[in-house]
Amino acid sequence: MAAAASSALHAVGAVASAKPRSAAPAVARRRSVRVAAAAKGGPGSSGRGRLVTRSAVAAKADEAAAAAGSKSGGHELLMFEALREALIEEMNLDPTVCVMGEDVGHYGGSYKVTKGLAEMFGDLRVLDTPIAENSFTGMGVGAAMKGLRPVVEGMNMGFLLLAYNQISNNCGMLHYTSGGQFKIPIVIRGPGGVGRQLGAEHSQRLESYFQSIPGLQMVACSTPYNAKGLMKAAIRSENPVVLFEHVLLYNLKEKIPDEEYICCLEEAEMVRPGEHVTILTYSRMRYHVMQAAKTLVNKGYDPEVIDIRSLKPFDLHTIGNSIKKTHRVLIVEECMRTGGIGASLRSAIIDNFWDYLDAPIMCLSSQDVPTPYAATLEDATVVQPAQIVAAVEQICQ
Amino acid sequence: MAALWLARASSQLARRAARRLPGRHGSGEPTSPWFLGAVPPPALGSPAVETSRRGFCSVRRFAGESSAAAAVDEEPENGFVASDQQAVDFPGGKVSFVAEMNFLPDSMKERINCYLVLDDDGRTISGSRFQEVSKELALKMYSEMVTLQIMDTIFYEAQRQGRISFYLTSNGEEAINIASAAALSMDDIVLPQYREPGVLLWRGFTLQEFANQCFGNKLDYGKGRQMPIHYGSNRLNYFTVSSPIATQLPHAVGAAYSLKMNKKDACAITYFGDGGTSEGDFHAALNFAAVMEAPVIFFCRNNGWAISTPTTEQFRSDGVVIRGQAYGIRGIRVDGNDALAVYSAVHAAREMAITEGRPILVEALTYRVGHHSTSDDSTKYRPVDEIEHWRTARDPISRYRKWVQGNDWWSDAEESELRSRVRKELLQAIQVAERMPKPPVTELFTDVYDKIPSNLREQEQLLRDTIMKHPVDYPTDVPV
Repeated sequence: MAAAASSALHAVGAVASAKPRSAAPAVARRRSVRVAAAAKGGPGSSGRGRLVTRSAVAAKADEAAAAAGSKSGGHELLMFEALREALIEEMNLDPTVCVMGEDVGHYGGSYKVTKGLAEMFGDLRVLDTPIAENSFTGMGVGAAMKGLRPVVEGMNMGFLLLAYNQISNNCGMLHYTSGGQFKIPIVIRGPGGVGRQLGAEHSQRLESYFQSIPGLQMVACSTPYNAKGLMKAAIRSENPVVLFEHVLLYNLKEKIPDEEYICCLEEAEMVRPGEHVTILTYSRMRYHVMQAAKTLVNKGYDPEVIDIRSLKPFDLHTIGNSIKKTHRVLIVEECMRTGGIGASLRSAIIDNFWDYLDAPIMCLSSQDVPTPYAATLEDATVVQPAQIVAAVEQICQ
Repeated sequence: MAALWLARASSQLARRAARRLPGRHGSGEPTSPWFLGAVPPPALGSPAVETSRRGFCSVRRFAGESSAAAAVDEEPENGFVASDQQAVDFPGGKVSFVAEMNFLPDSMKERINCYLVLDDDGRTISGSRFQEVSKELALKMYSEMVTLQIMDTIFYEAQRQGRISFYLTSNGEEAINIASAAALSMDDIVLPQYREPGVLLWRGFTLQEFANQCFGNKLDYGKGRQMPIHYGSNRLNYFTVSSPIATQLPHAVGAAYSLKMNKKDACAITYFGDGGTSEGDFHAALNFAAVMEAPVIFFCRNNGWAISTPTTEQFRSDGVVIRGQAYGIRGIRVDGNDALAVYSAVHAAREMAITEGRPILVEALTYRVGHHSTSDDSTKYRPVDEIEHWRTARDPISRYRKWVQGNDWWSDAEESELRSRVRKELLQAIQVAERMPKPPVTELFTDVYDKIPSNLREQEQLLRDTIMKHPVDYPTDVPV
């Protein structure tokens, strides 16, 4: 277990050592987990040329990557169903897993991620809470300290700003300040990102704010396959994990394996191998990048697209290997320019891979403005495929 | 005399409460002792209505009627008698309506009365009902109160001498600390604010362990990561102290939730001061606990001061106990300087919380005799003679000692023996703790996550390299 654990968080610039694609996560569990190894997206197995339509809402995600390793056909579902499937599986396997949040119980959750769970597991295990984010997050912390594994839902990630104190001062810190006596195996999840005219308060990118909190881990899912895998891994992790879902991706459809699998929390996902430029992205922007990739391929470029997935810590192993190959980096994110994931990623790349760069790192982000309601203005604050194409052309000249 | 009135009034209220009270689970059992003397009159209707005629409000809630609807049996001032035709139906239940506007008063005519057992001379007041304690338990309580007091004195002095960086005392609140702890079981989960080391002391944390934490040496269970007095012990079911105020209240609801899930015969208890009740977490936690029927005891140490903010500037309600009702929580006000009263109240609260699966609010009135902490000089904002008065005439330890000595359970000789033994032990513990090496630099990076990730390992290596290169710039007593 220890060996798998230490290699789960990759050393910087390590020579391609045994990446734990098929390793169990860094937590000893009493049941065995078979991971569809090939399905994790090694070179050649992901959807080359299988690109998505413009509107990410009803898009089909890259099929091949997910179903490649499935022995028995697999089954098709939407992303919110994949998240739910993960929850149900984990709650069946481990009686300490519980869910809390607003309207998660009988209402089934605002995005239906917890639909049916209260009927299956009872309304104590799937708890409807009054409206007080700081308090139900705090409640989750207290329950975790006493041995439960709560999954706390923020109805919208933006509302979790009200829980910032509990997340930062307690969730992130109590394992450390108690000298390791109390652990906080909590999962904090919810929909974030820019939606369709939801207004500024419902369009927050909290990964920017949470990324400096020591003790937290952050992952962002983007496909039904990785949504289920990351949710399961997050629940099993002994550390507090924030799982970022995106409002516009819940209805993505994909075929996922029937067998049980989990995704490694600290790993990035190779979406499209290439030679000319490394494009690093996550969550919804993955789809804008893949849309742009289609155009780029027609123009003769060969972009390598990596969905970084792990926002804290960064998978510098995968990212580093890619940079060593392409020598050019473009980061495409939804965060604001100032203090976003892109800003930190840029800094980490410069620290570690400066010698491999042939061009300055480009970063496409949203502007430092609150997200407006008007559709035209809203579209203008989110990075669009045309900008991505232009950026790649600029980097590669 | 006030004491007699209290005894008589409490038995009258008890009889009325007994008539109205359906008992646990509506089975009509005889009155439980905890309803005596602390029945809060509900604040309904016009102030002119005789409040003492009303029974215990939440009884009606158990029966599924709102308090207002159930007030039907008492004739209101304006002569209308609400009946079914004069009730309106809304989410939340039926309420009877009135033709005249009737604002609820901002406060009741009288403050909620305070449960008390011992008078200032350590004699039980006539008619008082309290949870009996054995001689053994009584003496253990007394000696732990004395130990806490001496520990506070000596650690405070140590800070003043520059040997530790910070300390805060529980002067004046020894009865709250020890007596409440004594009424709990080891399975009950304690979530402290920071002025409750006595609870940890009661549970078996040694003086050496306290000293280790204050000195942040390598034997500190917190591994030197927290300020002094931020004790924590998973083994003793005492959550690690976290400085921000009242953040532990939602944790308590979560801990109680875990007890409910595991169907344990235990409760959670969380402590906070009068200042803490202004935090948002206080309100939400009480509300949650009520809705979730969580077995939590919310114990408020109303000591009159939040650093320099007196309670008159903290809230305008009648203290803290009155707020319980707003959330649907049963509450009691108790004299926090009366060890037997605190013991009885917590004992009763605990039983209610566990058997009935409900939160209970306990407001213990007391006085913060010491400064807020070693970073405070309270003579700047309050009169010295006020502090002196509470330190001497209202000292909870003396008051309790008088009762213990009154039972012939304690002598002056034992007193001096105890005090000198504890003092010696403490000085020894401090010396040992001071000489113990500090945690090594590795501990800066462990426990951030369950296993140390590569970026932190890198940062550790960088730090170690820097220390090796410039040893003269780093303390020599910290192992690398």
